[in-house]
Amino acid sequence: MRRYIDYYLTSMKVAILSQIQYRVANYFYMIGMITEPVIYLVVWSTIAEQQGGSVGGYTPGTFAAYYIVWTLVRNMNIVFTPFGWEWRIREGMLSAELLRPMHPIHSDIANFAGWKFVVILLWLPLAVFLTWVFKPTFDFSWLEAVVFFIAIWGAYLIRTMLLSLLGMLTFWTTRVSAIFELYFGLELILSGRLVPMTLMPPWVQNLSNHLPFKWTFYFPIEALVGSMTPPELWTGVGMQMLWIVIGASLLNLVWRVAIRQFSAVGG
Amino acid sequence: MSPVITISRLAKHYQVPEREAGMKAAFTSLFNRKYKTIKAVDSITFNIEPGEVVGFLGPNGAGKTTTLKMLSGLLHPTSGDVRVLGYEPRHRPHDYLRQITLVMGNRNQLTWDLPALDSFDLQRAVYGIPADEFKRTRDDFIELLELGDLVKKPVRNLSLGERMKMEIVAALLHKPKILFFDEPTLGLDVTMQRRIRTFVAEYNRRYNATVLLTSHYMADVEALCRRVIVIHHGHILFDGDLTSLVNQFSSYKTLSLSLQNSNLPLENYGEVVSREDGKVTLRIPKSRASEVTARLLSDFQVEDLTVEDTPVDDVIDQVFSQKEAA
Repeated sequence: MRRYIDYYLTSMKVAILSQIQYRVANYFYMIGMITEPVIYLVVWSTIAEQQGGSVGGYTPGTFAAYYIVWTLVRNMNIVFTPFGWEWRIREGMLSAELLRPMHPIHSDIANFAGWKFVVILLWLPLAVFLTWVFKPTFDFSWLEAVVFFIAIWGAYLIRTMLLSLLGMLTFWTTRVSAIFELYFGLELILSGRLVPMTLMPPWVQNLSNHLPFKWTFYFPIEALVGSMTPPELWTGVGMQMLWIVIGASLLNLVWRVAIRQFSAVGG
Repeated sequence: MSPVITISRLAKHYQVPEREAGMKAAFTSLFNRKYKTIKAVDSITFNIEPGEVVGFLGPNGAGKTTTLKMLSGLLHPTSGDVRVLGYEPRHRPHDYLRQITLVMGNRNQLTWDLPALDSFDLQRAVYGIPADEFKRTRDDFIELLELGDLVKKPVRNLSLGERMKMEIVAALLHKPKILFFDEPTLGLDVTMQRRIRTFVAEYNRRYNATVLLTSHYMADVEALCRRVIVIHHGHILFDGDLTSLVNQFSSYKTLSLSLQNSNLPLENYGEVVSREDGKVTLRIPKSRASEVTARLLSDFQVEDLTVEDTPVDDVIDQVFSQKEAA
């Protein structure tokens, strides 16, 4: 266990040092990323104002809060993608990782976790700017802030498991793009990324309760900007844990079969 | 002493889709896909003793890298048995991976934008090397490979040779017992090749490590390996001492002569390989070497004469070309 903690800390340090080298590129990437939530925010704020000040309980102020927190959650949700899996198999990078006495997933988690610290640091000025422009309504307790902090890391781990599972398809086919697009479509609708889940039809909300997506977007955001009770908050964290365990178990299962397909191309 | 590497009837076969060019063939292959079996490695058997340095030779596509990948656990064999240090590599047990390393000429395990020292530190964490031991080994290797302050420069700013030396340090920090080297000197200049060879020899001497090395540079093999295994089309053609390989496959000797007049007709003495600045190189059958040498010395004013075995490069070429012809 001590070795893994040491590995995670060292790997995160290396990732932070590495990402600092790309700070300008990282910043432009983040600026580009806020376009999506700003569009959603402007559209929903306009609708809310036209409907007498709110839609489904969301005012322009709470919409602003939702989508500003969205920007951080979205950045926390950036993980090693199936395209990355395809790249590292093709370029022979996976061979190097397979020779290490630990599962490659640890390297992915630690690397991107290190990147998150740079992301959070770079996000702060952006959040201040968006707050100044859109005047969000923030009202959260300490408990909500703590659960939010746990939930963004939970979301990160769930998405890592899901996208790694998708990525492992590249052991069988190098054409994962189509499947990834399908995943992206489902996630957009069922996660709260497009719109808060409470604004979706009841059947979509019901469906989303049985899938992992909403625990990666809607739950972390609502934990901070919504009005969940303490039991609801802890149940949400519990659901995240459950999906992490399900994801990790599936990953382990698929990995055992997938690795037999590996032909160590490219070195 | 029992062998540390035992390979018995090891094979790796691939199913590769195959079709003719053109639309019709492309359409047909949608419904009736044909596969061809490629036998990358086909029933090879050999053992390697602890501390041996073995050259694994063969032309491109012979099955060298595939064998190394099976030995290091990257590839699952189609059939046969492999045991390294008592482990079955394909299961890649962590205790096994801690005792081996695979260095490939085209492999990159260093973080591009950071000094190599950061990557070394990551290796320390990966293998759980105690801090004191890590520092001692790292500094020792840095000195042996004469890396100096280069370890503080971002990897992207290093030359190919410097990067390769860093890769080797990173790959050996955990002091593995078994080293698989796949073209470690690929693309490097002569000085850099020599330094890496010296380092590998020193590592082998200090830690009694077992080394299996593939290289297209015969200088690597001659400097490091007493024993060679020659593989071609997935089959082993030869396994034994390098000198035996030369004796077995080379039926020629090379005669180098310095003559006052290098334009003399020498075709009757042997095959003229080159004529340059008064120097002539002849290739003659081994069985006639003494007789031809005596005749040359009596027939011409010879200023200097040397008789040598055919260079190993040429011997290997001969082995492969004989097999191709067969």
